[in-house]
Amino acid sequence: MAANGKAKRLGMKQRYQMLTRHLDWETSYQPMDKVFPYDKFEGIKIKDWDGWEDPFRLTMDTYWKFQAEKERKLYAVIDSFAQNNGQLGLTDARYMNAAKLFLQGVTPLEYAAHRHFAHIGRHLRGGGARVAAQMQSIDELRHAQTQVHTLSHYNRYFDGFHDFHHMHDRVWYLSVPKSFFDDAVTAGPFEFITSISFSFEYVLTNLLFVPFMSGAAYNGDLATVTFGFSAQSDESRHMTLGLEVVKFLLEQHEDNVPIVQGWLDKWFWRGYRLLGLVAMLQDYMLPKKVMSWKEAWEVYYEEQGSALFEDLSRYGLRPPLHQEDAIKEKDRISHEVWGTFYNYTHAAAFHTWDVDDEHLDWLSEKYPDTFDKYYRPRYMMWREMAEQGKRFYNNALPQLCNVCQIPMVFTEPDDPGVICFRRSEYNGDTYHTCSAGCKHIFDNEPEKYVQSWLPVHQIYQGNCGGASVEDVLKWYHMNLGADNMDYHGSPEEKMWSEWMAGRHAEQVEYPPVKAAE
Amino acid sequence: MARNVSIVLQDTADALPIIEAIKSDNPDAEVQNMPSLVRIEAPGKLVIKRDSVSERIGRDWDVQEIQLSMVTLSGNIDEDDDQFVISWQ
Amino acid sequence: MPVVAIKDYKGEVKDKVENFHGNQLVYLHWEDHLSFCAPLAFPLPPEMPFGAILGEILPTYYGMHPDWENVDLAEARWTLDDEDFQPDPEKSLKDLGVGHKSVLRFWTPGLKGYRGSQS
Repeated sequence: MAANGKAKRLGMKQRYQMLTRHLDWETSYQPMDKVFPYDKFEGIKIKDWDGWEDPFRLTMDTYWKFQAEKERKLYAVIDSFAQNNGQLGLTDARYMNAAKLFLQGVTPLEYAAHRHFAHIGRHLRGGGARVAAQMQSIDELRHAQTQVHTLSHYNRYFDGFHDFHHMHDRVWYLSVPKSFFDDAVTAGPFEFITSISFSFEYVLTNLLFVPFMSGAAYNGDLATVTFGFSAQSDESRHMTLGLEVVKFLLEQHEDNVPIVQGWLDKWFWRGYRLLGLVAMLQDYMLPKKVMSWKEAWEVYYEEQGSALFEDLSRYGLRPPLHQEDAIKEKDRISHEVWGTFYNYTHAAAFHTWDVDDEHLDWLSEKYPDTFDKYYRPRYMMWREMAEQGKRFYNNALPQLCNVCQIPMVFTEPDDPGVICFRRSEYNGDTYHTCSAGCKHIFDNEPEKYVQSWLPVHQIYQGNCGGASVEDVLKWYHMNLGADNMDYHGSPEEKMWSEWMAGRHAEQVEYPPVKAAE
Repeated sequence: MARNVSIVLQDTADALPIIEAIKSDNPDAEVQNMPSLVRIEAPGKLVIKRDSVSERIGRDWDVQEIQLSMVTLSGNIDEDDDQFVISWQ
Repeated sequence: MPVVAIKDYKGEVKDKVENFHGNQLVYLHWEDHLSFCAPLAFPLPPEMPFGAILGEILPTYYGMHPDWENVDLAEARWTLDDEDFQPDPEKSLKDLGVGHKSVLRFWTPGLKGYRGSQS
């Protein structure tokens, strides 16, 4: 008791201890294993949950206080952006296609993360870990909500934003992020937290953050930048959770080391393949460029990643399998993925376009070993065809990788001119994968991937609205002639040209809002 | 030689006193300005002291308020009521 | 173990041939023409004569490439599931060993994409 008779205020560490440890208990009315049925089947052994060190010691009251403050500031900016027609400050309307891909592909993953962190926030045996997971669950819901709110402004003027949730569950290229997260949430709690908190939100996070958020900053998308900073402060908590979990598992029992290593091998590769979409965005969809995918990869993975794995080697962990293939591919994947979307723009809810000469020269400079040999000629051919009124659209459906679900566009690690084919046989059936990395994942858990809902195969089974491409696109809820096709000739291009012409007009005419669907 | 720890803060008015406090309490710290961001790096350890920031803003600063300005960091964290420490073993 | 799980289970095989209404999946790939970003997937009847691939499918889906008008399929080299393959237009896919999820790759000598760039 203090001198004036009042109880002394608890210190931060004590407050946190009381919330997370002292509210926890060993159950006596049911065995603990029945109360926590999910945390042993993966083979992970925890000797003592008290070894868990909480990276941040936020109690619920401080959490609400700081998150509410962030929300107030964020919504003020979003409102201001909307009121002031902030979209007129974009460098170019083509930048919007990056935002479309984000809303369709990434935002639903935030929601899925919210759901699953709530699940593990119940099912992890350690009280400190449960609290961290519960807070992350709320963070992820916040991210989903604020992304939708931020991007809803663009939905008033631009195409492709209007039914992102419906599309995420059906559209061919969106099965790539969807299947990534489905794979994670159908795994056990420790694999989930290793795959998402560690592998995705720590090892690979900058490769997602820099292209999207810096891309937004460079291209006048103030609203997304503000969202990005607001979310990133949550992400720093997520990152530290991921690192903490991995170290905790590795320290608790030597039997955990090969299990965690296996997860790292799998999730590095799955995350890396998913980032192929981001690589494309970074090199092709940002009118004002931040840095090339190759440059970002060299800094954020090759340099920073290697420092990390050096640090973790004392636990017996080695760098992920197949990282050498990823390093070999750094000169190629962005171009290979852009080529895919150029082929199939008629079936996508965003645009692609002819890459102009200035952009081609930037790409040549950033990719001296591959661009002029393999990719510039392709774009020249496509430009010629478009000028002849025969814009190249691939009218057949592509073969997909059974694991990452991306079309089989990746090439042999040692030969950028040859598609990489890998196959596995399981229970009398054949399964194709795009790389040694994806094949390895298939072969380790075939029972999982025989269940892959591959969009092309589902279309051929008649499960996607009909037999024609048009039937399928309608089933996707795409607005044909607006969401899809080349940027050139699109309603958006027309609108943007009119706005830009209008900037210097004497009479002010504010952009009309699109009619509600 | 100790590996570098780092913290990245938003380049806003709120973060300015925090940045000044860090520079003052961490003589080895290097500050890099980037678009909208300020990155602070130091060998082995960075300390952010509650008193140093409070002094500069004229009110009692709560160490956890750093959450409002923080973008990312690199290193192990230890926080209590008086300071926020980032370090590598 | 085929998957680490909380109980024993067998996953539903989504792409078993029975799900394709009498068709099977066949993948075709024209090598050195990467402007077609990936191999192409088709649902085809196993009884279909190979000639339908040569005479209809390939020209329909690959015909827009500037190289196509110079293609002589009689000169093309083929592999089926990584083994050398001799196409026979009269025989059915089934009789030629082209099964569910088979991969057919072909090279057209002298034609290596737009200006020889493999695109």
